[in-house]
Amino acid sequence: MNRIDRKFKELKTKRKKAFIAFITAGDPDLATTEKLVLGFEQAGVDVVELGVPFSDPLADGPTIQAASQRALGNKTNLEKIFEAVKRIRRRSSVPIALMTYYNPVFRYGEARFISRAKQCGVDGVIIPDLPPEEALDLRRAAQEAKIATVFFVAPTTTALRMKRIVAAATGFVYYVSMTGVTGTNKGFAKENAAKIRAAKRMTQKPVCVGFGVTTPADVRSIAKIADGVIVGSAIVRKIARNQGNKNLVRNVTAFVRTLTREL
Amino acid sequence: MSLPDRHGHFGEFGGKYVPETLMALLDDLEKVFRSVKSDRAFQREFNDYLKEYAGRPTNLYYAQRLSAHLSRLKVYLKREDLLHTGAHKINNTLGQVLIAKRMGKTRIIAETGAGQHGVATATAAALMGLACVVYMGAEDMKRQALNVDRMRLLGADVIPVTSGSRTLKDAMNEAIRDWVANVGNTFYVIGSVAGPHPYPVMVRDFQSCIGKEARRQFLSKEKKLPDYVVACVGGGSNAMGLFHAFTKDRRVKMIGVEAAGFGLNTSQHAAPLAKGDIGVLHGSKSKLLDTKDGQIRIAHSIAAGLDYPGVGPEHSYLKKIGRAEYVSVTDREALSGLRLLAQQEGIIPALETAHAVAYLEKLARRVNRKSTVIVCLSGRGDKDMESIKPHIGS
Repeated sequence: MNRIDRKFKELKTKRKKAFIAFITAGDPDLATTEKLVLGFEQAGVDVVELGVPFSDPLADGPTIQAASQRALGNKTNLEKIFEAVKRIRRRSSVPIALMTYYNPVFRYGEARFISRAKQCGVDGVIIPDLPPEEALDLRRAAQEAKIATVFFVAPTTTALRMKRIVAAATGFVYYVSMTGVTGTNKGFAKENAAKIRAAKRMTQKPVCVGFGVTTPADVRSIAKIADGVIVGSAIVRKIARNQGNKNLVRNVTAFVRTLTREL
Repeated sequence: MSLPDRHGHFGEFGGKYVPETLMALLDDLEKVFRSVKSDRAFQREFNDYLKEYAGRPTNLYYAQRLSAHLSRLKVYLKREDLLHTGAHKINNTLGQVLIAKRMGKTRIIAETGAGQHGVATATAAALMGLACVVYMGAEDMKRQALNVDRMRLLGADVIPVTSGSRTLKDAMNEAIRDWVANVGNTFYVIGSVAGPHPYPVMVRDFQSCIGKEARRQFLSKEKKLPDYVVACVGGGSNAMGLFHAFTKDRRVKMIGVEAAGFGLNTSQHAAPLAKGDIGVLHGSKSKLLDTKDGQIRIAHSIAAGLDYPGVGPEHSYLKKIGRAEYVSVTDREALSGLRLLAQQEGIIPALETAHAVAYLEKLARRVNRKSTVIVCLSGRGDKDMESIKPHIGS
């Protein structure tokens, strides 16, 4: 059982919901990323998603696009992120998933990517532009290495697709709360509740909700129906506002604490 | 077996690499696209627009003076530049906007590089009474100001894209983001044989009239098939449109001409087939320009319509199996190709098209006997006068 599965099992026995925090690795630099991850763990974050910056992040809104640009600006790449995770692992066992677009993984080599991820203590991988049907090789390699492959369900996903997606997903199922890019705040639509329940009826795997989750109130209302809440852009926006501030880690962690408190 | 397979793969290329939000829509689109292929009413309406509105069939013109100048080549020009809006792009946008209507979509979006696809989309949307938004790189809006004015006059909302390299690839990112957010009422008209399945095959289908007509016209004029068919390749829609009818004619050599920019030995080019790696961009797997970390590189070409780091998946496939050959032409050579056609034939081609024309001089040196060739004259050059101006007389 890997760290993500173990965490969800533990939360389930405690009847608690997971808080999943996303940040872009290397924004503003990898040393800060490492400190943030350790701080987040103390602040009650259950799983950390580390974004691998990509030049053309087409599922992301302006906030994460800008973070990716900052990270690429200081030459962050997959190899350096693996090294950072390895350093984090000496001090923490918080579950870590890499969130990346497919091309950097494809270019690195899927088998090599998975084995290096394993070696460095990465627990899962989330690739928004790789639907399960194009992910056969990656899924096979990940399964062998006990690395979770998280897949998405969207408001537009049909029942038939949903069945296939929840079957393919490991670790957890990522439910996209609205049709749009990351960081769009359209408000949490009522129709989502029925769809999330439908997903939960199809699988024992945890179903977590992300995209546009911004406020403590959002966190509270989603936690009522889902197994976990994912917050990305709202945290990344805090990091953006604290660029150059020596208290960045403290300020961002304090913000994260206002969200985890809701669970 | 005919390609792509049912998952949209051309061998190892193609596929659907998009956010989950779009997957159900792509499945729907594929169903509708399949159903209209055998729907007589749809085909009649589409062909009627092509004929009465766009101006098909286009001429296959024997370029006598150009042929004499090249001596070993007998050159025919497939005159897509004579179509309404001045390029082959209208063939595809009429088809896709008709499909959008059939799917009940009320809003059309598109990306554009040179502006030709944007103009053709805005035109089709105006013709059929649908709202239209075009994403265009801020850099390209400067290079192709005339086309921006045309789109706006046609009622389209042209949105400048300031992210990344401010060119075609960034416009496409932005269009996809819009599409994900408005998937319920919005149809994304992709301008090239790129993007996720079924776009590469759908665009090929709508553009295949180019090759079908050219093949028939050539047979009737020359009583045989041509030795060569030549077209420029950015994403590759005019090339696929010309090539598709000839893919089974094994003796017809198909040549795609990529943009070599400042030269293939520099980093400033747009030739993924010559110099790229296999990767995934904008929904499909194909050759592309990227760094060893898998970050997409910025392409360069004097022709905005070729200034793209990727290429349609079927071209990667045709190159891999050896059915088509891909060559390249620099900015400088393209400019001299443009001048050559203007002065030999009185036709000013688009800078994109000038790449195909420029290659003829190289081809003429390559052949060892008199050979026949069809060149796709994909667009006219009026839009490029501003960018050409500094080079005229040099």
